[in-house]
Amino acid sequence: MTSANPFPAPSSGGRARVPKWGDRTFFAVTAAGAVGVVGLLIAFVVVLYWGAQPAIEMLGPSFLYTKTWNPSGEVYGILPFVAGTLITSFLALLIAIPLSLGAALFLTQHAPAWIRGPVGQVIELLAAIPSVIYGFWGLIVLVPIMRYTIEPNLWYYFGWTGLFSPLFLGLDVLSASVVLSIMTIPTITAISRDSIAAVPRSQKEAAISLGATDWEVSRHAVLPYARNGIVAGVTLGLGRALGETMAVALLIGGRNAIPANLFSQGQTITSLIATDFFEAANPTEVPALIEMGLFLLILTLVINLGARVVLSRFQAGRGVGVE
Amino acid sequence: MNFDRAVRRKLFSHGMTVLSGLAIVVILVPLASVIYTAVVLGSSSLSYGFFTQPLPVPCTPHLGVSCPTGGVAPALEGTLILIGLSSLFSVPLGVGAAIFSVEYGGERAGARIIGLVADVLSGVPSIVAGVFVYILILYYDPAIVFSTLSGSLALALIMVPIVTRTSEEALRTIPQSVREAALALGISRWKTSVRIVLVGALPGILTGILLSIARSAGEAAPLLLVLGNGCPHPFEGIYQEGCALSLWIYLGATSPDQNWIALAWGAALLLVALVLGLSLVTRLVLNRMARRWKGSE
Amino acid sequence: MALNSVKMDIQNLTAYYGANRAIQEINLGILDRKVTAIIGPSGCGKSTLIRCLNRLHETNVKARVEGSVFLDGEDLYQLDATLVRRRVGMVFQRPNPFATMTIYNNVSAPLRFNRRVSREEMDATVLRSLKQAALWDEVKDRIDAPATSLSGGQQQRLCIARALAANPEVLLMDEPCSALDPIATAKIEELIAQLKKDYTLVIVTHNMQQAARVADYTAFLYLGKLIEFSPTEDLFERPKETLTESYITGRFG
Repeated sequence: MTSANPFPAPSSGGRARVPKWGDRTFFAVTAAGAVGVVGLLIAFVVVLYWGAQPAIEMLGPSFLYTKTWNPSGEVYGILPFVAGTLITSFLALLIAIPLSLGAALFLTQHAPAWIRGPVGQVIELLAAIPSVIYGFWGLIVLVPIMRYTIEPNLWYYFGWTGLFSPLFLGLDVLSASVVLSIMTIPTITAISRDSIAAVPRSQKEAAISLGATDWEVSRHAVLPYARNGIVAGVTLGLGRALGETMAVALLIGGRNAIPANLFSQGQTITSLIATDFFEAANPTEVPALIEMGLFLLILTLVINLGARVVLSRFQAGRGVGVE
Repeated sequence: MNFDRAVRRKLFSHGMTVLSGLAIVVILVPLASVIYTAVVLGSSSLSYGFFTQPLPVPCTPHLGVSCPTGGVAPALEGTLILIGLSSLFSVPLGVGAAIFSVEYGGERAGARIIGLVADVLSGVPSIVAGVFVYILILYYDPAIVFSTLSGSLALALIMVPIVTRTSEEALRTIPQSVREAALALGISRWKTSVRIVLVGALPGILTGILLSIARSAGEAAPLLLVLGNGCPHPFEGIYQEGCALSLWIYLGATSPDQNWIALAWGAALLLVALVLGLSLVTRLVLNRMARRWKGSE
Repeated sequence: MALNSVKMDIQNLTAYYGANRAIQEINLGILDRKVTAIIGPSGCGKSTLIRCLNRLHETNVKARVEGSVFLDGEDLYQLDATLVRRRVGMVFQRPNPFATMTIYNNVSAPLRFNRRVSREEMDATVLRSLKQAALWDEVKDRIDAPATSLSGGQQQRLCIARALAANPEVLLMDEPCSALDPIATAKIEELIAQLKKDYTLVIVTHNMQQAARVADYTAFLYLGKLIEFSPTEDLFERPKETLTESYITGRFG
């Protein structure tokens, strides 16, 4: 092996051949991206606040407790829509949580391996279907079922609870909640699945060795351990439900008042903005709608942030287990 | 006595297992129903004209008068243009932020902040994105508030968090040893990040982009606010009112006119096929690509 | 280059990980076209030291370096780091070929990324490097196969070929054989004996016997300080420091 290299090493005279601007430009460009993304979050709050200014000044805190929404009279209150949003979201969670947990438990504990993957994927496909299509389907399929089959029975058997009324339109808070639950199930199921799958086998084995049945293992060993992750998943699902617009707008009946019962028509913050924004006639209405958006933005930001923090702490603590 | 209780507990457990299995069935029923409905009600609208003709005048067939069937060409066109534009805005921003987070942030707080911000941003209701764009564009130039440009900006806002998060995760799967190997060869920092790390993470990044496209193709709420409801045909330019499949399905669903409702179902079928198709493609094709690239690692 | 001249002059080198001082005021002269081994117990700072020689240590976020490393009289810490790494190459403990590239593309990587070269030049360099790494015969029929299709020992020689294709003056090897079996290890030790005719080699090893076999000079590090540096035979047979003697007789580490 001769020492006469055909390619001698570049002497220090080659210093200029590595352009530092390559590295510097790259850093600047990517940093700009990073600043942009973080800035976006701040911009959301700032811009919406700015747009809502006229309404904030005009209405002050009354916005938060007024029960009516009357653009022509320039009376704007968020209460009916907060009620609509909260009722539909919580009802949706009420329906979704048992179903999601059941599905998550079945998939992780009982399902044979060949079912687990495909079914999990299919449930996630549920999340991919656009909201507007759920709404459209709800109109054609769900509403008639609710109106002619389910709601009459609910009234007949459970009317005494005061939750229902003899007037069934099908286009009401209940239908909107049902469709909303369909849309939040994938989120809750996916995160619950991960949380349950992360429970160390040692926990389950301990319970089994004490003679617990499958259900008891799930109830006493698995679910408590996965509880934090599940709660985070539910919270994220709640966040999604709060922000849903199209399906709700199509099914909730569009009445700007606090719903009296589950068969009432109502309106959520998102459905109001969706239906009224484009055609807002009164100049004071748009800033009021923007203020509604700001309220919703802050609400969902707080809920999301909370859920993420809990989720990350849960995932960090997982490694402590024996498995 | 003891035996009795044990049997009861076992039965209860079996019952719960059955219930949880039922849960899965219950969950899958609406999915099946949605797809079934879309196929049954929508396939009759599908034809060559469906893809190429402009929207018909809304009408309901009555005595002796038949209605023009028309098509959804402007909506389809609009969706494709919106997807293209919003990707143009969101992909560089999202991928850039992800690269910065992984290559320069490393373990520092900065990196985790970007990921956290992206996660929090993904929870912002889509309609708020529409309101945001509305306010901004109104201030900047009221004439173009209702336009394809505004619509694509709103969709880009929805795409950015998804692209950022998935790109970041893809970049993080590239082990540090690869970067060190490249740097030790005297390859400059930026070339290492772009031509070696980024290239390696490409399948994951592309997956994220396709997933975010699938998501934004289905969004209608922000478009309700800033796209306008004209649905012009032919396409008039990005500063004019625009159209989109998702938005138009909403307009069609709420219309009293039969031919629009029928067309809306066709559009719904098309949109479902598009969205589900994209989701499936990303999962199957790109996952396989990623596995091949990883080699024996 | 005169015989026994100093190729790399390390002066007062101190390196930190955050608040942790990994090496302290190292003064060491690496001689040209000789093999210098760095030995010492785990945690003594030998990896940190070698990573300071090609400025890889500072890519760690919390890293800090004080002192100088002169290569042929030039302070590497005053030059552009990327350029430094083209003159001082490195082979790592775990073979790290680019998994998405073929054997050919791995070896030609430094050429493709750092310079503009013609196809002929690239072919010639790849051939030369693979021969220098004693890998050519084993891969000449499948040079476009993925790099991951090679065995561990072959992958490490591929990494050596890749480092050589960059035409460094100094080749650093950070425990190059610890992930390999004895046969692969022997092949690489043979390689080292050949390579030192053209390159200056610095090798970190936790295996004293290996140092005794391949190195001309050996440096013994303990708790971040340089304890002794002598020609290998002298260090092992007539150690000057008691600490050195304790280590090589196996009393600790």
